[in-house]
Amino acid sequence: MGEMIRVGMADLNVCKAPDAITTLGLGSCVGVVLFDPETKIAGMVHVMLPDSTKIRQNQNAAKFADTGIALLIEKMMEKGAGRSRLVAKMAGGAQMFAFSSNNDMLRIGERNVEAAKEKLNEFRIRILAEDTGLNYGRTIEFYPENGELLIKAVGKEPKTI
Amino acid sequence: MSNFSMDAMDNMQFDVLREIGNIGAGNAMTALSQLLNKKIDMGVPKVELIELKNLPDAVGGADAIVVGILLTLSNDVEGMIMFIVSQETARKTADVLLGQPIDPDAPLTEMEISALQEIGNIITGAYMSALSMLTHLNVNLSIPYMAVDMAGAVLSVPAIEFGKVGDQALLIQSEFGGEDDGMEGYFILIPTEESSGKILSSLGL
Repeated sequence: MGEMIRVGMADLNVCKAPDAITTLGLGSCVGVVLFDPETKIAGMVHVMLPDSTKIRQNQNAAKFADTGIALLIEKMMEKGAGRSRLVAKMAGGAQMFAFSSNNDMLRIGERNVEAAKEKLNEFRIRILAEDTGLNYGRTIEFYPENGELLIKAVGKEPKTI
Repeated sequence: MSNFSMDAMDNMQFDVLREIGNIGAGNAMTALSQLLNKKIDMGVPKVELIELKNLPDAVGGADAIVVGILLTLSNDVEGMIMFIVSQETARKTADVLLGQPIDPDAPLTEMEISALQEIGNIITGAYMSALSMLTHLNVNLSIPYMAVDMAGAVLSVPAIEFGKVGDQALLIQSEFGGEDDGMEGYFILIPTEESSGKILSSLGL
């Protein structure tokens, strides 16, 4: 077994098998994993917000779906991943509180998922699997060795996608 | 104060927000003490601005299970306020209120959940009324919303709101407890950027 590389909130990182990569406690944030099956290089970004162009304080690219995914691709290519081979998996984007009002800050999980999909589509990266939405937190671990994404949640059986 | 920014806050502004946090948390603990009919000791609240990515670690780690009670703010001050405690503290508090013994292994009962929401309601209300009195701003609170989950997941909601205006969050940590049982809670106050400016200018800054 290799090392487990940790990605924080609004953060991203890249790893190569046998190392694995994880982010803990995804709530309304979305964890996007990109993976090159040939070189077994993987990257993960923990996205908090959908769109960097709507926010004034947008220096931290990893915070946003649009700039975060773009930066992650760049970092992975620097490490030797093939741009055209990249595939994606994602998890998170939950609605943690059952708000009754229809305020737009409350649908943020859903919007993060939509924005990540849009960006992946723009980069023509196929989404192999996802576990998004609903109302609970997720801890995710990605293993580039076999391309499996392990998802853990409180009071639920772990699952692999 | 239209150009207020959390990341570029000066010392004076930070001190004022910290003082508001202190007074709010003090008021909240008095309310909790009355509610539980129990003497509650409170430590001096710690107030800090922390990097968003370190926020979950500040409350015990991203995968520690916590109870978060969140209320949205409207009227003169918009945003949200969240009260976070460990599952253990939440259970102890609810059990004191309900006068029932603690079963640490059972999941929270409906009764305990409802008691916790009420506690959240009362202490965040006390917190906000202190802020309202100090600033002469009107604040309306929503009903309490509750989540029991990993700290990272629960905190993602306030973190995202802070994330819209900067890379740091204002965390007010207050330790409280009876004679023997140490309990610890955290308040996170998240006014929108505009409301932060309003709060500060209402105090003459």
